[in-house]
Amino acid sequence: MARKLPRKDVVIVGLGWTGSILAYELAKQGLDVVAIERGPWRDTATDFPPGYAQDELRYGVRLDLFLRPQQETLTVRNNMTQTALPIRRFSGFLPGNGVGGAGVHWNGQTWRFLPSDFNLRSHLEERYGADKIPADMTIQDWPVTYDELEPYYDRFEKLAGISGKAGNLNGVKQAGGNPFEGWRSSEYPTPPLKQNYGSALFAEAATKLGYKPFPRPSGNISEAYTNPLGVTMGQCTYCGFCERFGCGNYAKASPQVCVLPALMRLPNFSVQTESEVTRVNLDSTGKRATGVTYVDTSGEEWEQPADIVLVCAFSLFNVRLMLLSGIGKPYDPVTGKGVVGRNYAYQTTSGVSMILKDKALNSFIATGSGGMMIDEFNGDNFDHKDLGFFGGGYMGSGQTGARPITTMPVPKGTPKWGAQWKKAAAETYNSGYGISTHGSSYSYRDCYLDLDPTYKDHLGRPLMRMTFDFKDNEIKMSQFLTDRLAEIAKALDPVEMTASPRKGPWNSTIYQTTHNTGGTVMGADPETSVVNRYCQSWDVSNVFVPGGASVFPQNHGYNPTGTVGALAYWTADAIKNRYLKNPGPLV
Amino acid sequence: MMHGSRLSPLSRRSLLISTAALLVAGTAARARTITQGMPWEPGTASPPLQVRAGPWMFFTPDEAATVEAAVDRLIPPDESGPGGKDAGCAVYIDRQLAGPYGVGAGLYLHPPFMPGAASQGYQSPDMPAVRYRAGLAAIADYVKSSFAGKSFHDLAAADQDKVLSGLETGAIKPKGINGAGFFALLLQNTQEGFFADPVYGGNRDMAGWKMVGFPGARYDYRDWVERHNEKYPLPPVSIMGRSDWTVKE
Amino acid sequence: MMNRSLLAAVVFGSLTSSALAQDPQSFDRVERGRYLSILGDCAGCHTAPGGASFAGGLALDTPFGKLVAPNITPDRETGIGNMTDDEFVATLHEGRGHNGRRLYPAMPYPAYTKMSEDDVRSMRAYFKTLQPVRNEVVSNQLPFPLNIRLAMVFWNWLNFTPGRFQPNPQKSAAWNRGAYIVEGPAHCGTCHTPKTLLGGDKTAMPLVGGTLQGWFAPDITTDTRKGIGAWSKEDLAQYLKTGVNSFTLASGPMSEAITHSTSQMNDEDIAAIATYLKDSGVGGNSAKPTPIAASDNAMRAGAAIYKDNCAACHRDSGTGDTGLFPKLAGSALVQSDDPTTLAHVVLSGTRAVSTVGAPTAPAMPAFDWRLNDAQVAAVLTYIRNSWGNAAAAVPAGAVADQRASLTKTP
Repeated sequence: MARKLPRKDVVIVGLGWTGSILAYELAKQGLDVVAIERGPWRDTATDFPPGYAQDELRYGVRLDLFLRPQQETLTVRNNMTQTALPIRRFSGFLPGNGVGGAGVHWNGQTWRFLPSDFNLRSHLEERYGADKIPADMTIQDWPVTYDELEPYYDRFEKLAGISGKAGNLNGVKQAGGNPFEGWRSSEYPTPPLKQNYGSALFAEAATKLGYKPFPRPSGNISEAYTNPLGVTMGQCTYCGFCERFGCGNYAKASPQVCVLPALMRLPNFSVQTESEVTRVNLDSTGKRATGVTYVDTSGEEWEQPADIVLVCAFSLFNVRLMLLSGIGKPYDPVTGKGVVGRNYAYQTTSGVSMILKDKALNSFIATGSGGMMIDEFNGDNFDHKDLGFFGGGYMGSGQTGARPITTMPVPKGTPKWGAQWKKAAAETYNSGYGISTHGSSYSYRDCYLDLDPTYKDHLGRPLMRMTFDFKDNEIKMSQFLTDRLAEIAKALDPVEMTASPRKGPWNSTIYQTTHNTGGTVMGADPETSVVNRYCQSWDVSNVFVPGGASVFPQNHGYNPTGTVGALAYWTADAIKNRYLKNPGPLV
Repeated sequence: MMHGSRLSPLSRRSLLISTAALLVAGTAARARTITQGMPWEPGTASPPLQVRAGPWMFFTPDEAATVEAAVDRLIPPDESGPGGKDAGCAVYIDRQLAGPYGVGAGLYLHPPFMPGAASQGYQSPDMPAVRYRAGLAAIADYVKSSFAGKSFHDLAAADQDKVLSGLETGAIKPKGINGAGFFALLLQNTQEGFFADPVYGGNRDMAGWKMVGFPGARYDYRDWVERHNEKYPLPPVSIMGRSDWTVKE
Repeated sequence: MMNRSLLAAVVFGSLTSSALAQDPQSFDRVERGRYLSILGDCAGCHTAPGGASFAGGLALDTPFGKLVAPNITPDRETGIGNMTDDEFVATLHEGRGHNGRRLYPAMPYPAYTKMSEDDVRSMRAYFKTLQPVRNEVVSNQLPFPLNIRLAMVFWNWLNFTPGRFQPNPQKSAAWNRGAYIVEGPAHCGTCHTPKTLLGGDKTAMPLVGGTLQGWFAPDITTDTRKGIGAWSKEDLAQYLKTGVNSFTLASGPMSEAITHSTSQMNDEDIAAIATYLKDSGVGGNSAKPTPIAASDNAMRAGAAIYKDNCAACHRDSGTGDTGLFPKLAGSALVQSDDPTTLAHVVLSGTRAVSTVGAPTAPAMPAFDWRLNDAQVAAVLTYIRNSWGNAAAAVPAGAVADQRASLTKTP
């Protein structure tokens, strides 16, 4: 029997980017807010100081900052005929854990989606004809437009101090920025990062081929910056330990660095750590949430009553919590009916590896979101008429560091071990070079999430089951993007190069990205979405899923965090300005 | 705030380390409520403990001899520096197997265990410690029967290489184990040991890092990021430092 | 020149004293008392973190043993509900508590004695309005013979000069207000004035810095090298208001003083303190020693240690980043004669204060697990003798002592 705690105005599930933004905005408003976080408290100087943050084995290989599968994992399969099996050790994607969530160990790549991404289906139908969209492709328009979200992108970028160069200020193209991006109301809060040698070489080659390279927008910031919450961030040192690591000198945007110092000062906010929310509780009508139940580390069960429940966990776990709580109708791929778990999508990445002649690349000098990019082949920035696929992605020099356990390039044909391998590793380490594409992943009728019939978690609840594979559209797109990337690689005159376009089947053991999207999709129609345009549950109006990537109707050719942050602010405003005045369905 | 129930830095640290070890097992962490400011305790840190030389913690002497011989073939000594044995790769593997990694702490180990597609990942209940024990025993049996009763470490280097490549390609199938799978594990762990921070027992004297020119646990390249095509000049540094930190008498 | 009684009125903030005299519990008087309790940082000692306000603090480590600040809520049994107003005045002015019991000078009555009686009675009025909290505090945990309060008679005879603050008519009203706050309620000298062996102020050396609780409270005289001579009034004001300025960030015990006291002072009083400290008449220009040569063995090791451990935050140039990483180049604290704080923060780490104006509160990580005593000493010697800094080498033994004291469980 759960012990009942005093009521709060707001209970938040998970204290990562969205949870901390919502907590700050609502607690600042005077609401009593509690966040329940299943992982531990984490902070810069105590958990990843510059003395041992840069430990590749501990963090990069043994994944010390990540969720333990023992606590929660999911089962995977490539199609509905297979039996799904559990991911026993995370490797293909890496869900975070603890205060700060994925905001602690991300690379910091902070993009906006294109304006035409937000009305994807209607845009493609208009330009190419409805019959050109594959029948099983379930892409749909977002219920918000780029113009509506722009001020919220801006707020998130200012919160996080993002470094970059605008390519479009209020409709006026800017030299040096991304000429394809949507209009921006202001320049990036901090100037672009410095570029290491590899990125400079890429920019040179891309320019030679007529492209317009620009610095990747980065949450590892180029100079000290104080954000609108009054919190100060440090300058990136290019240490090369971002992805899978915490930042030791306050230079990588994270909830810890950007929000918590201000949030934790608010007396009407508290966080309960190492406590796992097991369900959102509903009243007898099933139309209203009464709070959440959670289990602490001693196994004790607690009920936290609250007027508003914000589901702010990692995208996959948002979906599972909605399924386990019975909020929204589960998706059935056979009938196509139901919504929770529908439109799961991922990211279609690929790369070209090279060995360059007589170059000291020093690729260990890097940052998770540095690099020079081109956007000519993203979204619908290029004509898809005769290409046989839709979608695209950005590409560029995306090496995030050359940590030697995981980055040890050798020439083609080198044995995997022994004297030749050793010699080749020594000779190639500093001239091996990789560039990559980062492509969209559209949604399909049979790519979805549901509860697994066999496997259970440590509390006896069913694991979530993921059914996913790359489809023809994505494979063709990846081939096209990788071909363009290989042309740039060739211009670098490498000693040798290997292009690796994405092929199926999707492999859960090979790390690609942790951009798992969809499952609690936002939309204008309750038949095809779980939450409305304010990220509010259609079925239970005091439950919101404020902007985790689970609300994406499909995934676009950019990293999700910029949009996740924008949607968090968008939802916070909707709750503050609309819901609190008149609690109930906002649409 | 400097007030508060302060444990001594040292006892606090060992507490954290044991917590970290148990955290992997998911039992020791304690739920807590945090409010009114960012918590802070002086002396809080959870660095890795330096692996000390000394008796084997996981391997039997025979197993250790085999692993030392094998890591020295996977990464042989040459003019560029020591091989896997002198770099401490076997010590590294021994300590890893004796710790949380060996038992697969934190992994999802619920049954049923069913074979699946390669894309679904490792699906056996056998964790690294069990795999090493079984793998090394099966290899010992294979070598004994194929090389006139000898042990792996007694073989000539060329024969050792033959055994290793046979395992790698699947040409040699020792009884009761997946030889290729075990070889891949051994190779992965050997290279980890060669390139991981020396604090874990391998990469002795930062030999692996020196070999490739990786500067190690450094944290600031602001002075070098735009010095394109110039070799980075400073020597590697480990989590536990480098010789230049010692004050010369 | 201002009329002397008017000056006094400005200094003590008692322009409305006639009105106050009529009603000892008037709103204005209680409110003034509340503000004086901020100037006096009463909560700093008398409120335990997370505990009820003024219901008793945590054990204070003094060089002679532990003292706990008592419950000063009006609870009759465990607080000061039984104390008369006159006894309250005697407590602050003479160090004599309820029934004439002598207080230990951890209670800064040697400073509070400078406060005007009117101010003290206002404070009293405020404390009377607090919610009584029942909380038994065993204040005296000193070893024999210091646990005998009578010993304080002897201490007072040696160290304590009762008497109110006397304004200096040669100085401005702001200067006098600043001097009154610094010497009186804010009791800055309690930490920043070095102590005799008996724990009394070395009165000939006010504000040149003192060591307590494992921290060195820095020199706040106008000395340009060791004190705050290089700071402008605005720098000082920003530091007191937010805990952060372009030179440094406050941490350690000063965090508490800023949290409970200076960050809540009004801007006029902060400006007055800055005016006084920039013209306190103490502190000269101490001679700069010759810096230790870069070729020195400790300096060479220190340079390598600094590059690998410190530069990612404090930068190769020692300039740090405002609001995050204190500037080491030119820092008075870095070059102070007493390296206690330096060794303390390198070994244990520290967290900067969080204020409304500067909420970040970045933290310095602990390095005791990574650096041995000789290495800590070497890197401290390096930062004390680089970028134009110059100060004596830090001996490894001093670091060892500090490590031992930090390792002691309380």
